[in-house]
Amino acid sequence: MIVTRAGFLTSVQDLGRIGFREFGVSTSGALDPLALRVANLLVGNDERAAGLEITLGGLQLRFDDERIVAWCGGEFEVEIGSQSLPAGHVARLQAGDELKFRTPQIGCRGWLAISGGVDAPIVLGSRSTDLRANFGGFDGRALRDGDVIPLGPRPGSSASAEATADRPIPATTISSWTAPHDWVSPATPNPILRFLRGTDWTRFNASTLQHLTSELFTVSPDSDRMGVRLGGPELCRIDNVDLISEAVAPGTVQVPPSGQPILLLGDCQTIGGYPKIAQVITVDLGIAAQVRAGDRVRFSEVSLGDAHQLFLQRERSLERFRIGLSLRDQ
Amino acid sequence: MEIVPLGDSVLIVRVREQFDDAPEETLNEVLHAFEQLRSAAIPGVIELAPAYTSVAVFFDPLQVAEASGQPDRAFDWLEERVRRVITAAADRGKRRRTKRNIQDAVEIPVCYDPEFAPDLDDVARHAQISREEVVDLHSAADYRAACIGFVPGFPFMAGLPKKIATPRRSNPRKEIPPGAVGIGGAQTGIYPLRSPGGWNLIGRTPLKLFNPTKDPPVLLRAGDRVRFRVITREEFESLNR
Repeated sequence: MIVTRAGFLTSVQDLGRIGFREFGVSTSGALDPLALRVANLLVGNDERAAGLEITLGGLQLRFDDERIVAWCGGEFEVEIGSQSLPAGHVARLQAGDELKFRTPQIGCRGWLAISGGVDAPIVLGSRSTDLRANFGGFDGRALRDGDVIPLGPRPGSSASAEATADRPIPATTISSWTAPHDWVSPATPNPILRFLRGTDWTRFNASTLQHLTSELFTVSPDSDRMGVRLGGPELCRIDNVDLISEAVAPGTVQVPPSGQPILLLGDCQTIGGYPKIAQVITVDLGIAAQVRAGDRVRFSEVSLGDAHQLFLQRERSLERFRIGLSLRDQ
Repeated sequence: MEIVPLGDSVLIVRVREQFDDAPEETLNEVLHAFEQLRSAAIPGVIELAPAYTSVAVFFDPLQVAEASGQPDRAFDWLEERVRRVITAAADRGKRRRTKRNIQDAVEIPVCYDPEFAPDLDDVARHAQISREEVVDLHSAADYRAACIGFVPGFPFMAGLPKKIATPRRSNPRKEIPPGAVGIGGAQTGIYPLRSPGGWNLIGRTPLKLFNPTKDPPVLLRAGDRVRFRVITREEFESLNR
Protein backbone atom coordinates (compact mmCIF):
# COMPACT_ATOMS: atom_id res chain seq x y z
CA MET A 1 0.00 0.00 0.00
CA ILE A 2 1.41 3.35 -1.02
CA VAL A 3 0.81 6.63 0.78
CA THR A 4 0.33 9.04 -2.11
CA ARG A 5 -0.58 11.82 0.33
CA ALA A 6 0.00 11.50 4.07
CA GLY A 7 -2.40 14.27 5.08
CA PHE A 8 -2.29 16.34 8.26
CA LEU A 9 -1.22 13.56 10.66
CA THR A 10 -1.58 9.87 9.92
CA SER A 11 0.04 7.17 12.05
CA VAL A 12 0.03 3.41 12.50
CA GLN A 13 -1.85 2.45 15.68
CA ASP A 14 -3.24 -0.67 17.29
CA LEU A 15 -4.94 -0.96 20.68
CA GLY A 16 -1.89 0.43 22.46
CA ARG A 17 1.15 -0.52 24.47
CA ILE A 18 0.27 -2.18 27.74
CA GLY A 19 2.68 -3.26 30.45
CA PHE A 20 5.54 -0.74 30.25
CA ARG A 21 4.09 2.08 32.29
CA GLU A 22 6.58 1.45 35.10
CA PHE A 23 9.29 2.49 32.60
CA GLY A 24 7.44 5.65 31.65
CA VAL A 25 6.15 4.27 28.33
CA SER A 26 2.78 5.74 27.29
CA THR A 27 -0.17 3.73 26.06
CA SER A 28 -0.21 5.33 22.59
CA GLY A 29 -2.62 3.38 20.37
CA ALA A 30 -5.85 4.39 18.66
CA LEU A 31 -7.38 7.27 20.64
CA ASP A 32 -10.75 5.59 20.09
CA PRO A 33 -9.93 1.91 20.58
CA LEU A 34 -13.55 0.88 19.98
CA ALA A 35 -13.55 2.50 16.53
CA LEU A 36 -10.46 0.54 15.50
CA ARG A 37 -11.80 -2.69 17.00
CA VAL A 38 -15.07 -2.36 15.08
CA ALA A 39 -13.28 -1.45 11.82
CA ASN A 40 -11.00 -4.47 12.25
CA LEU A 41 -13.90 -6.82 12.91
CA LEU A 42 -15.68 -5.51 9.79
CA VAL A 43 -12.75 -6.44 7.55
CA GLY A 44 -12.26 -9.85 9.15
CA ASN A 45 -9.15 -8.96 11.18
CA ASP A 46 -8.40 -9.74 14.77
CA GLU A 47 -9.66 -6.64 16.56
CA ARG A 48 -6.15 -5.97 17.87
CA ALA A 49 -4.66 -5.60 14.37
CA ALA A 50 -2.89 -2.35 13.51
CA GLY A 51 -4.63 0.17 11.29
CA LEU A 52 -4.19 3.82 10.43
CA GLU A 53 -5.28 6.74 12.58
CA ILE A 54 -6.13 9.69 10.34
CA THR A 55 -6.24 13.21 11.79
CA LEU A 56 -8.23 15.87 9.92
CA GLY A 57 -8.00 14.01 6.63
CA GLY A 58 -5.95 14.74 3.54
CA LEU A 59 -4.85 11.10 3.33
CA GLN A 60 -4.65 9.34 0.00
CA LEU A 61 -3.66 5.68 -0.38
CA ARG A 62 -3.09 3.43 -3.38
CA PHE A 63 -3.47 -0.31 -2.99
CA ASP A 64 -1.32 -2.78 -4.83
CA ASP A 65 -3.40 -5.83 -4.15
CA GLU A 66 -6.97 -6.76 -3.34
CA ARG A 67 -7.99 -5.74 0.18
CA ILE A 68 -11.10 -5.31 2.28
CA VAL A 69 -11.28 -2.01 4.13
CA ALA A 70 -13.58 -0.25 6.61
CA TRP A 71 -13.28 2.83 8.74
CA CYS A 72 -14.92 4.43 11.77
CA GLY A 73 -14.58 7.90 13.28
CA GLY A 74 -15.44 11.55 12.55
CA GLU A 75 -17.62 12.75 9.68
CA PHE A 76 -15.11 12.28 6.87
CA GLU A 77 -15.93 12.02 3.20
CA VAL A 78 -14.10 8.90 2.12
CA GLU A 79 -13.88 8.06 -1.55
CA ILE A 80 -12.73 5.09 -3.53
CA GLY A 81 -12.37 6.42 -7.04
CA SER A 82 -15.77 8.02 -7.65
CA GLN A 83 -17.61 5.93 -5.07
CA SER A 84 -18.20 7.09 -1.53
CA LEU A 85 -17.44 4.83 1.43
CA PRO A 86 -19.49 5.78 4.49
CA ALA A 87 -18.27 4.98 8.01
CA GLY A 88 -18.87 1.42 9.14
CA HIS A 89 -19.42 0.01 5.65
CA VAL A 90 -17.12 -2.53 4.07
CA ALA A 91 -15.45 -2.18 0.71
CA ARG A 92 -13.45 -4.60 -1.36
CA LEU A 93 -10.70 -2.79 -3.20
CA GLN A 94 -8.86 -3.97 -6.28
CA ALA A 95 -5.17 -3.53 -7.01
CA GLY A 96 -4.63 0.04 -8.22
CA ASP A 97 -7.65 1.46 -6.35
CA GLU A 98 -7.20 4.80 -4.61
CA LEU A 99 -8.77 5.64 -1.30
CA LYS A 100 -9.11 9.24 -0.15
CA PHE A 101 -9.99 10.81 3.23
CA ARG A 102 -11.21 14.40 2.87
CA THR A 103 -11.39 16.95 5.70
CA PRO A 104 -14.12 15.97 8.18
CA GLN A 105 -17.25 18.12 8.59
CA ILE A 106 -17.51 17.19 12.26
CA GLY A 107 -14.90 15.47 14.41
CA CYS A 108 -11.21 15.11 14.00
CA ARG A 109 -9.99 11.52 13.68
CA GLY A 110 -10.77 8.36 11.79
CA TRP A 111 -9.47 4.78 11.95
CA LEU A 112 -8.98 2.71 8.84
CA ALA A 113 -8.72 -1.06 9.05
CA ILE A 114 -7.32 -3.05 6.14
CA SER A 115 -7.69 -6.81 5.84
CA GLY A 116 -4.41 -8.37 6.92
CA GLY A 117 -3.61 -5.35 9.09
CA VAL A 118 -0.64 -3.01 8.87
CA ASP A 119 2.43 -5.16 9.25
CA ALA A 120 4.54 -2.87 11.44
CA PRO A 121 7.08 -4.55 13.74
CA ILE A 122 5.94 -5.29 17.28
CA VAL A 123 7.94 -3.08 19.64
CA LEU A 124 7.30 -3.47 23.37
CA GLY A 125 4.26 -5.60 22.66
CA SER A 126 2.54 -3.24 20.22
CA ARG A 127 2.60 -1.99 16.64
CA SER A 128 1.48 1.48 17.75
CA THR A 129 3.54 4.54 16.91
CA ASP A 130 4.83 6.41 19.96
CA LEU A 131 5.04 9.82 18.33
CA ARG A 132 6.58 11.45 21.39
CA ALA A 133 9.39 8.92 21.95
CA ASN A 134 9.68 8.10 18.21
CA PHE A 135 9.48 4.35 18.16
CA GLY A 136 7.02 1.69 17.03
CA GLY A 137 4.63 1.91 14.10
CA PHE A 138 6.17 2.94 10.79
CA ASP A 139 9.74 4.02 11.63
CA GLY A 140 8.55 5.61 14.87
CA ARG A 141 7.00 8.52 13.00
CA ALA A 142 3.91 9.86 11.30
CA LEU A 143 3.43 8.75 7.69
CA ARG A 144 4.87 10.84 4.84
CA ASP A 145 4.06 11.15 1.18
CA GLY A 146 5.52 8.22 -0.72
CA ASP A 147 5.79 5.79 2.21
CA VAL A 148 5.19 2.17 1.26
CA ILE A 149 3.29 0.52 4.10
CA PRO A 150 3.65 -3.24 4.49
CA LEU A 151 0.39 -5.12 5.02
CA GLY A 152 -0.09 -8.53 6.61
CA PRO A 153 -1.28 -11.55 4.64
CA ARG A 154 -4.97 -11.26 3.82
CA PRO A 155 -7.06 -13.51 6.04
CA GLY A 156 -7.99 -16.59 4.03
CA SER A 157 -5.86 -15.50 1.09
CA SER A 158 -4.36 -18.96 0.56
CA ALA A 159 -6.08 -22.08 1.94
CA SER A 160 -9.62 -20.75 2.14
CA ALA A 161 -9.62 -18.71 -1.04
CA GLU A 162 -12.94 -20.23 -2.10
CA ALA A 163 -14.56 -19.27 1.18
CA THR A 164 -13.44 -15.68 0.62
CA ALA A 165 -14.98 -15.70 -2.82
CA ASP A 166 -18.31 -16.72 -1.27
CA ARG A 167 -18.47 -13.68 0.98
CA PRO A 168 -21.52 -11.47 0.49
CA ILE A 169 -19.43 -8.52 -0.70
CA PRO A 170 -19.04 -8.55 -4.47
CA ALA A 171 -15.69 -7.43 -5.87
CA THR A 172 -14.87 -3.66 -5.96
CA THR A 173 -18.08 -2.70 -4.26
CA ILE A 174 -19.31 -1.43 -0.98
CA SER A 175 -21.57 -3.22 1.48
CA SER A 176 -25.01 -1.86 2.24
CA TRP A 177 -24.96 -3.20 5.80
CA THR A 178 -23.06 -1.46 8.56
CA ALA A 179 -22.16 -1.49 12.25
CA PRO A 180 -24.10 0.44 14.96
CA HIS A 181 -24.07 4.18 14.33
CA ASP A 182 -22.73 5.17 17.80
CA TRP A 183 -19.67 3.05 17.25
CA VAL A 184 -18.81 4.03 13.72
CA SER A 185 -19.64 7.78 13.95
CA PRO A 186 -19.08 8.95 17.52
CA ALA A 187 -18.41 12.61 16.67
CA THR A 188 -20.95 15.29 17.58
CA PRO A 189 -20.59 19.08 17.23
CA ASN A 190 -20.78 20.00 20.95
CA PRO A 191 -20.14 16.80 22.82
CA ILE A 192 -20.88 16.02 26.45
CA LEU A 193 -18.14 14.11 28.23
CA ARG A 194 -19.19 12.09 31.24
CA PHE A 195 -16.75 11.98 34.12
CA LEU A 196 -16.04 10.64 37.57
CA ARG A 197 -14.68 12.90 40.28
CA GLY A 198 -10.92 13.11 40.09
CA THR A 199 -8.56 12.18 42.90
CA ASP A 200 -8.10 15.88 43.75
CA TRP A 201 -11.76 16.91 43.44
CA THR A 202 -11.88 18.24 47.01
CA ARG A 203 -8.94 20.56 46.38
CA PHE A 204 -11.14 22.82 44.23
CA ASN A 205 -13.54 25.45 45.46
CA ALA A 206 -17.31 25.14 45.27
CA SER A 207 -17.84 27.55 42.40
CA THR A 208 -15.14 25.81 40.37
CA LEU A 209 -16.82 22.45 40.85
CA GLN A 210 -20.09 24.01 39.79
CA HIS A 211 -18.52 25.67 36.75
CA LEU A 212 -17.04 22.36 35.64
CA THR A 213 -20.51 20.98 34.97
CA SER A 214 -22.41 24.17 34.12
CA GLU A 215 -20.04 25.94 31.71
CA LEU A 216 -18.79 25.22 28.21
CA PHE A 217 -15.09 24.68 27.61
CA THR A 218 -13.54 25.59 24.27
CA VAL A 219 -10.95 23.33 22.65
CA SER A 220 -7.66 25.16 22.08
CA PRO A 221 -5.66 24.79 18.82
CA ASP A 222 -2.56 23.49 20.66
CA SER A 223 -4.27 20.20 21.42
CA ASP A 224 -2.70 16.95 20.20
CA ARG A 225 -2.57 13.21 20.90
CA MET A 226 -1.16 13.95 24.36
CA GLY A 227 -4.05 16.05 25.46
CA VAL A 228 -6.90 18.42 24.70
CA ARG A 229 -6.27 21.89 26.09
CA LEU A 230 -9.46 23.58 27.15
CA GLY A 231 -10.33 27.22 27.75
CA GLY A 232 -13.12 28.28 30.06
CA PRO A 233 -13.75 29.65 33.53
CA GLU A 234 -10.59 29.50 35.64
CA LEU A 235 -10.61 26.40 37.84
CA CYS A 236 -9.36 27.42 41.28
CA ARG A 237 -7.97 25.36 44.11
CA ILE A 238 -8.62 25.99 47.77
CA ASP A 239 -5.12 24.86 48.74
CA ASN A 240 -1.67 25.35 47.27
CA VAL A 241 -0.05 22.15 48.52
CA ASP A 242 2.69 20.87 46.20
CA LEU A 243 1.35 17.51 45.05
CA ILE A 244 3.49 14.39 44.77
CA SER A 245 3.48 13.08 41.20
CA GLU A 246 1.42 9.96 40.66
CA ALA A 247 -0.23 8.08 37.82
CA VAL A 248 -2.34 9.82 35.21
CA ALA A 249 -4.20 8.01 32.42
CA PRO A 250 -6.06 8.77 29.21
CA GLY A 251 -9.21 10.58 30.36
CA THR A 252 -7.58 12.41 33.28
CA VAL A 253 -8.56 16.08 33.45
CA GLN A 254 -5.68 17.86 35.14
CA VAL A 255 -5.49 21.52 36.08
CA PRO A 256 -2.16 23.33 35.77
CA PRO A 257 -1.58 26.60 37.68
CA SER A 258 -3.19 28.58 34.81
CA GLY A 259 -6.54 27.13 35.88
CA GLN A 260 -7.27 25.99 32.30
CA PRO A 261 -7.80 22.23 32.24
CA ILE A 262 -6.08 19.65 30.04
CA LEU A 263 -7.89 16.44 29.13
CA LEU A 264 -5.24 13.76 28.64
CA LEU A 265 -5.37 11.37 25.67
CA GLY A 266 -3.48 8.22 24.66
CA ASP A 267 -0.01 9.75 24.23
CA CYS A 268 -0.06 11.34 27.69
CA GLN A 269 2.78 10.92 30.15
CA THR A 270 2.49 8.12 32.69
CA ILE A 271 2.78 10.37 35.76
CA GLY A 272 1.83 13.93 36.56
CA GLY A 273 1.91 16.39 39.41
CA TYR A 274 -1.02 18.65 38.53
CA PRO A 275 -4.24 18.19 40.49
CA LYS A 276 -6.75 15.86 38.84
CA ILE A 277 -10.20 17.36 38.98
CA ALA A 278 -11.99 14.72 36.92
CA GLN A 279 -11.61 11.52 34.93
CA VAL A 280 -13.60 11.07 31.72
CA ILE A 281 -15.13 7.60 31.68
CA THR A 282 -13.65 4.97 29.37
CA VAL A 283 -16.69 4.67 27.11
CA ASP A 284 -16.50 8.41 26.34
CA LEU A 285 -12.81 8.46 25.34
CA GLY A 286 -13.87 7.92 21.73
CA ILE A 287 -15.92 11.11 21.87
CA ALA A 288 -13.00 12.96 23.46
CA ALA A 289 -10.81 11.80 20.56
CA GLN A 290 -13.06 13.67 18.12
CA VAL A 291 -12.88 17.19 19.55
CA ARG A 292 -11.00 19.80 17.58
CA ALA A 293 -9.98 23.45 17.91
CA GLY A 294 -13.01 25.66 18.49
CA ASP A 295 -15.34 22.85 19.57
CA ARG A 296 -17.15 23.44 22.81
CA VAL A 297 -17.45 20.59 25.27
CA ARG A 298 -19.52 20.15 28.38
CA PHE A 299 -18.82 17.87 31.34
CA SER A 300 -21.43 15.79 33.11
CA GLU A 301 -20.86 13.80 36.29
CA VAL A 302 -21.77 10.12 36.60
CA SER A 303 -21.27 7.52 39.32
CA LEU A 304 -18.60 4.83 39.31
CA GLY A 305 -21.35 2.21 39.22
CA ASP A 306 -22.83 3.79 36.10
CA ALA A 307 -19.41 4.04 34.43
CA HIS A 308 -18.82 0.33 34.98
CA GLN A 309 -22.33 -0.57 33.78
CA LEU A 310 -21.79 1.44 30.59
CA PHE A 311 -18.43 -0.26 30.04
CA LEU A 312 -19.85 -3.76 30.55
CA GLN A 313 -22.89 -3.04 28.35
CA ARG A 314 -20.66 -1.85 25.55
CA GLU A 315 -18.41 -4.91 25.76
CA ARG A 316 -21.44 -7.19 25.71
CA SER A 317 -22.91 -5.43 22.67
CA LEU A 318 -19.55 -5.72 20.95
CA GLU A 319 -19.51 -9.43 21.74
CA ARG A 320 -22.94 -9.83 20.13
CA PHE A 321 -21.75 -7.86 17.11
CA ARG A 322 -18.70 -10.13 16.84
CA ILE A 323 -20.89 -13.22 16.89
CA GLY A 324 -23.24 -11.67 14.34
CA LEU A 325 -20.34 -11.01 12.00
CA SER A 326 -18.97 -14.52 12.30
CA LEU A 327 -22.40 -15.95 11.38
CA ARG A 328 -22.55 -13.65 8.37
CA ASP A 329 -19.19 -14.93 7.21
CA GLN A 330 -20.28 -18.56 7.21
CA MET B 1 -2.74 3.50 53.21
CA GLU B 2 -5.50 4.83 50.98
CA ILE B 3 -7.02 3.41 47.80
CA VAL B 4 -8.69 5.88 45.46
CA PRO B 5 -10.22 5.30 42.03
CA LEU B 6 -8.79 7.19 39.06
CA GLY B 7 -11.82 6.78 36.84
CA ASP B 8 -13.39 3.41 36.01
CA SER B 9 -10.25 1.44 35.12
CA VAL B 10 -7.50 2.51 37.54
CA LEU B 11 -7.02 2.34 41.29
CA ILE B 12 -4.32 4.40 42.94
CA VAL B 13 -2.88 2.84 46.06
CA ARG B 14 -1.29 5.56 48.16
CA VAL B 15 1.07 3.62 50.35
CA ARG B 16 2.31 6.72 52.18
CA GLU B 17 1.32 10.38 52.36
CA GLN B 18 4.75 11.98 52.14
CA PHE B 19 7.95 11.21 50.28
CA ASP B 20 10.60 13.74 51.26
CA ASP B 21 10.47 13.08 55.00
CA ALA B 22 11.69 9.49 54.52
CA PRO B 23 12.58 8.80 50.86
CA GLU B 24 14.40 5.51 51.49
CA GLU B 25 11.69 3.91 53.61
CA THR B 26 8.89 5.22 51.42
CA LEU B 27 10.50 3.94 48.25
CA ASN B 28 11.16 0.54 49.81
CA GLU B 29 7.58 0.27 50.94
CA VAL B 30 6.14 1.37 47.59
CA LEU B 31 8.36 -0.98 45.60
CA HIS B 32 7.58 -3.83 47.96
CA ALA B 33 3.85 -3.20 47.45
CA PHE B 34 4.46 -3.04 43.68
CA GLU B 35 6.29 -6.40 43.69
CA GLN B 36 3.65 -8.04 45.87
CA LEU B 37 0.86 -6.80 43.63
CA ARG B 38 2.72 -8.08 40.61
CA SER B 39 3.21 -11.54 42.02
CA ALA B 40 -0.37 -11.64 43.31
CA ALA B 41 -1.49 -11.48 39.64
CA ILE B 42 -5.04 -10.45 40.55
CA PRO B 43 -7.36 -11.40 37.66
CA GLY B 44 -8.21 -8.43 35.46
CA VAL B 45 -5.21 -6.35 36.51
CA ILE B 46 -3.34 -5.45 33.34
CA GLU B 47 -0.64 -3.05 34.44
CA LEU B 48 1.03 -1.57 37.55
CA ALA B 49 2.93 1.68 37.88
CA PRO B 50 4.83 2.84 40.98
CA ALA B 51 5.48 6.55 41.58
CA TYR B 52 7.07 8.01 44.72
CA THR B 53 4.36 7.25 47.31
CA SER B 54 1.87 5.26 45.26
CA VAL B 55 1.24 2.31 42.99
CA ALA B 56 -1.36 2.63 40.22
CA VAL B 57 -3.32 -0.52 39.39
CA PHE B 58 -4.72 -0.50 35.85
CA PHE B 59 -7.49 -3.03 35.27
CA ASP B 60 -10.00 -4.23 32.71
CA PRO B 61 -13.47 -3.77 34.25
CA LEU B 62 -14.88 -6.62 32.17
CA GLN B 63 -12.29 -9.15 33.34
CA VAL B 64 -12.64 -7.96 36.93
CA ALA B 65 -16.43 -8.29 36.73
CA GLU B 66 -16.07 -11.84 35.43
CA ALA B 67 -13.41 -12.82 37.98
CA SER B 68 -15.35 -11.39 40.91
CA GLY B 69 -18.48 -13.36 40.07
CA GLN B 70 -20.55 -10.32 41.14
CA PRO B 71 -20.55 -7.69 38.38
CA ASP B 72 -22.29 -5.08 40.56
CA ARG B 73 -19.60 -5.19 43.19
CA ALA B 74 -16.59 -5.83 40.96
CA PHE B 75 -14.85 -2.66 41.96
CA ASP B 76 -15.22 -3.34 45.70
CA TRP B 77 -13.97 -6.86 45.08
CA LEU B 78 -10.84 -5.58 43.37
CA GLU B 79 -10.21 -2.95 46.02
CA GLU B 80 -10.49 -5.58 48.72
CA ARG B 81 -8.08 -7.91 46.91
CA VAL B 82 -5.56 -5.09 46.48
CA ARG B 83 -5.92 -4.06 50.12
CA ARG B 84 -5.29 -7.62 51.31
CA VAL B 85 -2.13 -7.93 49.19
CA ILE B 86 -0.72 -4.62 50.43
CA THR B 87 -1.55 -5.29 54.08
CA ALA B 88 0.10 -8.71 53.95
CA ALA B 89 3.08 -7.14 52.17
CA ALA B 90 3.43 -4.46 54.85
CA ASP B 91 3.48 -7.08 57.62
CA ARG B 92 6.11 -9.14 55.87
CA GLY B 93 8.07 -6.01 55.03
CA LYS B 94 8.32 -5.10 58.71
CA ARG B 95 9.79 -8.45 59.61
CA ARG B 96 12.57 -8.37 57.04
CA ARG B 97 13.21 -4.69 56.69
CA THR B 98 16.93 -5.15 57.30
CA LYS B 99 17.28 -7.52 54.35
CA ARG B 100 16.42 -4.91 51.77
CA ASN B 101 18.56 -2.03 50.56
CA ILE B 102 21.50 -4.21 49.63
CA GLN B 103 22.08 -3.57 46.00
CA ASP B 104 24.95 -2.36 43.84
CA ALA B 105 24.72 1.12 42.45
CA VAL B 106 24.52 1.63 38.69
CA GLU B 107 27.48 3.75 37.67
CA ILE B 108 26.73 6.47 35.15
CA PRO B 109 29.65 8.24 33.48
CA VAL B 110 28.99 11.96 33.13
CA CYS B 111 31.01 14.59 31.29
CA TYR B 112 30.56 18.00 32.94
CA ASP B 113 32.35 19.92 30.15
CA PRO B 114 31.05 23.47 29.58
CA GLU B 115 29.60 22.47 26.21
CA PHE B 116 27.33 19.95 27.96
CA ALA B 117 26.66 22.18 30.97
CA PRO B 118 24.93 25.37 29.83
CA ASP B 119 23.33 25.89 33.27
CA LEU B 120 26.28 25.00 35.50
CA ASP B 121 26.95 28.70 36.13
CA ASP B 122 23.35 29.29 37.19
CA VAL B 123 23.45 26.34 39.59
CA ALA B 124 26.79 27.57 41.02
CA ARG B 125 25.46 31.10 41.41
CA HIS B 126 22.30 29.84 43.10
CA ALA B 127 24.34 27.73 45.54
CA GLN B 128 26.96 30.50 45.91
CA ILE B 129 29.81 28.08 45.22
CA SER B 130 32.17 27.47 42.32
CA ARG B 131 31.41 25.37 39.22
CA GLU B 132 33.96 22.80 40.37
CA GLU B 133 32.26 22.49 43.74
CA VAL B 134 28.90 21.88 42.04
CA VAL B 135 30.46 19.07 39.99
CA ASP B 136 32.15 17.61 43.09
CA LEU B 137 28.91 17.65 45.07
CA HIS B 138 26.82 16.28 42.21
CA SER B 139 29.23 13.47 41.33
CA ALA B 140 30.00 12.40 44.91
CA ALA B 141 26.44 11.85 46.13
CA ASP B 142 24.53 8.56 46.27
CA TYR B 143 21.25 8.68 44.39
CA ARG B 144 18.20 6.53 44.04
CA ALA B 145 15.73 6.54 41.16
CA ALA B 146 12.43 7.35 42.85
CA CYS B 147 10.25 7.20 39.78
CA ILE B 148 10.54 6.67 36.01
CA GLY B 149 8.39 8.90 33.83
CA PHE B 150 7.92 12.17 31.94
CA VAL B 151 9.33 10.39 28.88
CA PRO B 152 10.25 6.69 28.66
CA GLY B 153 13.25 5.91 30.87
CA PHE B 154 13.57 9.35 32.50
CA PRO B 155 14.75 8.75 36.10
CA PHE B 156 13.66 11.21 38.78
CA MET B 157 16.46 10.72 41.30
CA ALA B 158 16.43 11.53 45.00
CA GLY B 159 19.62 12.21 46.94
CA LEU B 160 20.75 15.51 45.45
CA PRO B 161 22.82 17.48 48.00
CA LYS B 162 20.51 20.25 49.30
CA LYS B 163 23.16 22.85 48.57
CA ILE B 164 22.82 22.45 44.79
CA ALA B 165 19.05 22.10 44.61
CA THR B 166 18.00 24.67 41.99
CA PRO B 167 14.53 25.69 40.79
CA ARG B 168 13.60 24.71 37.24
CA ARG B 169 14.26 27.26 34.54
CA SER B 170 11.45 29.75 34.05
CA ASN B 171 11.76 29.28 30.27
CA PRO B 172 11.88 25.59 29.45
CA ARG B 173 14.06 24.60 26.46
CA LYS B 174 12.22 23.37 23.39
CA GLU B 175 14.80 20.70 22.74
CA ILE B 176 17.22 18.92 25.04
CA PRO B 177 19.66 16.32 23.65
CA PRO B 178 19.55 12.68 24.84
CA GLY B 179 21.86 11.98 27.77
CA ALA B 180 21.62 15.50 29.23
CA VAL B 181 21.96 15.45 33.02
CA GLY B 182 19.92 18.05 34.85
CA ILE B 183 18.85 19.43 38.19
CA GLY B 184 15.16 20.19 38.73
CA GLY B 185 14.39 21.45 42.21
CA ALA B 186 15.61 18.89 44.76
CA GLN B 187 16.00 16.13 42.17
CA THR B 188 18.46 15.19 39.47
CA GLY B 189 17.59 13.39 36.28
CA ILE B 190 18.76 12.35 32.83
CA TYR B 191 16.91 13.05 29.58
CA PRO B 192 16.74 9.76 27.64
CA LEU B 193 15.35 11.23 24.43
CA ARG B 194 15.38 14.47 22.54
CA SER B 195 12.59 16.32 24.32
CA PRO B 196 11.59 19.69 25.71
CA GLY B 197 12.43 20.33 29.35
CA GLY B 198 12.97 22.86 32.09
CA TRP B 199 15.75 21.36 34.19
CA ASN B 200 19.17 23.00 34.65
CA LEU B 201 21.64 21.13 32.46
CA ILE B 202 25.02 20.44 34.05
CA GLY B 203 26.45 17.48 32.14
CA ARG B 204 25.87 14.65 29.68
CA THR B 205 26.19 10.87 29.74
CA PRO B 206 27.04 8.82 26.67
CA LEU B 207 24.85 5.95 27.96
CA LYS B 208 21.46 5.21 26.44
CA LEU B 209 18.72 5.37 29.05
CA PHE B 210 15.94 4.07 26.82
CA ASN B 211 16.11 1.48 24.08
CA PRO B 212 12.74 0.06 23.00
CA THR B 213 14.37 -2.96 21.36
CA LYS B 214 15.89 -4.14 24.66
CA ASP B 215 14.33 -6.01 27.55
CA PRO B 216 13.99 -4.17 29.84
CA PRO B 217 13.93 -1.08 27.63
CA VAL B 218 15.38 1.16 30.33
CA LEU B 219 18.79 1.52 31.98
CA LEU B 220 17.27 2.55 35.31
CA ARG B 221 14.19 1.33 37.14
CA ALA B 222 12.45 2.80 40.16
CA GLY B 223 14.47 1.90 43.25
CA ASP B 224 17.85 1.58 41.50
CA ARG B 225 20.83 3.15 43.24
CA VAL B 226 22.93 5.42 41.08
CA ARG B 227 26.39 6.99 41.27
CA PHE B 228 27.90 9.38 38.76
CA ARG B 229 31.51 9.07 37.60
CA VAL B 230 33.20 12.15 36.18
CA ILE B 231 34.60 11.51 32.70
CA THR B 232 36.62 13.65 30.33
CA ARG B 233 35.48 14.78 26.92
CA GLU B 234 37.72 12.10 25.35
CA GLU B 235 36.16 9.35 27.42
CA PHE B 236 32.73 10.68 26.49
CA GLU B 237 33.59 10.50 22.80
CA SER B 238 35.00 7.00 23.02
CA LEU B 239 32.03 5.70 25.04
CA ASN B 240 29.59 7.46 22.74
CA ARG B 241 30.82 5.56 19.70
